[in-house]
Amino acid sequence: MTVAVNPTQTGEPLFYLADEHPHPEGYSTSLGFWIYLMSDCLIFAMLFAAFGVLGANYAAGPAPKDLFDLDLVAVNTSMLLLSSITYGFAMLTMQQNKIGQTQMWLAITGLFGAAFIGIELTEFAHMIHEGATPQRSAFLSAFFTLVGTHGLHVTCGLIWLVTLMVQVGKFGLIEANRRRLMCLSMFWHFLDVVWIGVFTFVYLLGVLR
Amino acid sequence: MSPDLLKLIFGRLGLESLPLHEPIVVGTFVVVALGGATLLAGLTYFRLWGYLWREWFTTVDHKRIGIMYMILGIVMLLRGFADALMMRGQQMLAFGGSEGYLNAHHYDQVFTAHGVIMIFFVAMPLVTGLMNYVVPLQIGARDVSFPFLNNFSFWMTVGGAVLVMASLFIGEFARTGWLAYPPLSNIGYSPDVGVDYYIWALQVAGVGTTLSGINLICTIVKLRCPGMTMMKMPVFTWTSLCTNILIVASFPVLTVVLALLSLDRYVGTNFFTNDFGGSPMMYVNLIWIWGHPEVYILVLPAFGIFSEVTSTFSGKRLFGYTSMVYATVVITILSYLVWLHHFFTMGSGASVNSFFGITTMIISIPTGAKMFNWLFTMYRGRIRYELPMMWTIAFMLTFVLGGMTGVLLAVPPADFVLHNSLFLIAHFHNVIIGGVVFGAFAGINYWFPKAFGFKLDVFWGKLSFWFWVVGFYVAFMPLYVLGLMGVTRRLRVFDDPSLQIWFVIAAIGAFLVFLGILSMLMQFAVSLLKREQLKDVTGDPWDARTLEWATSSPPPDYNFAFTPVVHDNDAWWDMKKRGYQRPLTGFRPIHMPSSTGTGVILAGLATAMGFGLIWYIWWLAAASFLAMLAVGIGHTFNYHRDFDIPAEDVIRTEDARTKLLAGAK
Repeated sequence: MTVAVNPTQTGEPLFYLADEHPHPEGYSTSLGFWIYLMSDCLIFAMLFAAFGVLGANYAAGPAPKDLFDLDLVAVNTSMLLLSSITYGFAMLTMQQNKIGQTQMWLAITGLFGAAFIGIELTEFAHMIHEGATPQRSAFLSAFFTLVGTHGLHVTCGLIWLVTLMVQVGKFGLIEANRRRLMCLSMFWHFLDVVWIGVFTFVYLLGVLR
Repeated sequence: MSPDLLKLIFGRLGLESLPLHEPIVVGTFVVVALGGATLLAGLTYFRLWGYLWREWFTTVDHKRIGIMYMILGIVMLLRGFADALMMRGQQMLAFGGSEGYLNAHHYDQVFTAHGVIMIFFVAMPLVTGLMNYVVPLQIGARDVSFPFLNNFSFWMTVGGAVLVMASLFIGEFARTGWLAYPPLSNIGYSPDVGVDYYIWALQVAGVGTTLSGINLICTIVKLRCPGMTMMKMPVFTWTSLCTNILIVASFPVLTVVLALLSLDRYVGTNFFTNDFGGSPMMYVNLIWIWGHPEVYILVLPAFGIFSEVTSTFSGKRLFGYTSMVYATVVITILSYLVWLHHFFTMGSGASVNSFFGITTMIISIPTGAKMFNWLFTMYRGRIRYELPMMWTIAFMLTFVLGGMTGVLLAVPPADFVLHNSLFLIAHFHNVIIGGVVFGAFAGINYWFPKAFGFKLDVFWGKLSFWFWVVGFYVAFMPLYVLGLMGVTRRLRVFDDPSLQIWFVIAAIGAFLVFLGILSMLMQFAVSLLKREQLKDVTGDPWDARTLEWATSSPPPDYNFAFTPVVHDNDAWWDMKKRGYQRPLTGFRPIHMPSSTGTGVILAGLATAMGFGLIWYIWWLAAASFLAMLAVGIGHTFNYHRDFDIPAEDVIRTEDARTKLLAGAK
């Protein structure tokens, strides 16, 4: 919004606005959420850095080659990537004001997300069963923390998703709910981007190492 | 009851956790308990709880939250300074075979608590409080971008402070030094609750700090009034913007490094252990990647305060506004490129050390530019030596000295000699007291009349000033000498009797500072009593230049009846010069956020969760966590978070001010 700040036509300088101009609700929300995401991004950056420093310290324990099942990780990755696409569809249908379809796409997104978490937990359980616990070596500490933090974020995203579905069901696609869906959308895609980093640096490069 | 059941309910908390065998702690507890009980009884007797809850605890008004931050900072200053006096006393006495009066277990907690409290719960709340109070007023906004979040952030900071204070009487605090380096802070060497108190106090408070950083960035970027372009923002707003960018870009690092340390302690991972591939030096690197920006987080707003004060009390526009802004931005960026100078002795080699030594020295260039800007602002100005200006002059002298010893320490070979010595202690107290603390005091004296409608008493203010400034020099110059003689930090007893005299002098200095603090408390009390004499009805007692002085003192809830329009850097000065007439009619209803208790409740639950985690009371931690989730989600179901102040209320408030102003003439 631009407001004329030049002197008025009578030549008198204007020092205040006679009309109240309240900022629309949620005026700062997108910016605030972006900044929050960047701070979260730093959390991941630090965990990546820790993994970079400690990632080869196997302490005579298992190495990535012995542990990672790339086929499983590929399936897992596709779950998360598909969930990003379906979230995109949810946003498109939201723009068209179709509550039913929005809810459906959100539900599908949630299912993909849950599948991702399920597969990740299976992978973790399998590794721990084989003795590759977070306590075994610094490499495994860093691995479980980085991947686990991402998983924790996805879990939070799922709780948020369910909350928003309830709120959309209850109050409809009102302005506040659209804004919230937009924030969750950014959060969800952000986690996707982080996962691509995890997939590349932890899994692919790990197996090459 | 069976021991298992007891353990389930109380975790590792037991009667033996209470430090009953430490007479000093018991004595402190008795005093605090009596004082606390008197306060609570007084509040109950005068029926103030409802008022406090409605008007203060649940408020989302940035001005009240700012004031509460200041109160928190000053209360914690008393605690942190008590620790300082204890240390000075111990080091003064522990010579010639004497063990002093503090045992090692207690002394190590004292120096750790002193550092943690002074940085996180004194300096941070004072700085955040001033930014919270002043920034929205300076940019002509009604409140911050996210008022509820602001309230929540404040209470999280309080939650962290509560945990630190609890450690004094329930269990113990860390004995590791204020940054809790592993392996000492790992479970093998610190199996007790001290480090856990440290971790959870900082994590709880850190969430609040990060969120308030996001909040203030958004406020400054989005809510400036019409006409206020970035290069027309007051310098304090600029330094606040840079500080909050630093907060958001560095506190997540602290969060991560403390989370990894807690994983090491609670789960048994190997991030910072000596074996299984862990790397303790990674902790030191990571924590200083947060820690160095942190010192600029503290000092940049102080620079902003000095800029406002210098220009107001010299009666001149600030010299070199543009260079001031660029210097601030350059410092912001450079603060990320120097962290390794805190541990040149790590042994990363000559090239790495040279790089960080040079970047460190480069920081003195923009800082020096600022110093010259202040000097040139004063040059040929009509300087009024009011209290804020006195603190500013003391800052300029003291900070230059501290800066020069800093440049000295930035030379790696010199640092190898001086690392961890009392020279370093003297250096950083020189810049933090001379910069941040003097800045906060300048700010308090400068903006107090804005917040309360009357000035602070000058006599007690001057007394406090002289005790502080003289006390500082007497306390810390001996530490430079001792450091050059090779005395290292955190020592409890000494063998060489020739050193004692220096510690005695330092203790005298600390006592002078103590008198300075008492005088400051007297200053507040006396000013309150003499508030009618010290009253200011104009809202502009200093003939100042920026927008916060355009409204009444204290400002109404809505800050400005009409959104201001700005044409100049010194917006209020410009308005005064061009014959601005305060509008008397045409008021409209004003849209404002409503108060909410959710912030207090969430922060209370977070503190309870921290307490549960510290003492391994798992049910408490889990229950508080689930409750937090429930309350947080429940809060999002409230879609009606604001209300309109009716036009009649605005008219009544503004008419009252019109009468007051007419009476003043």
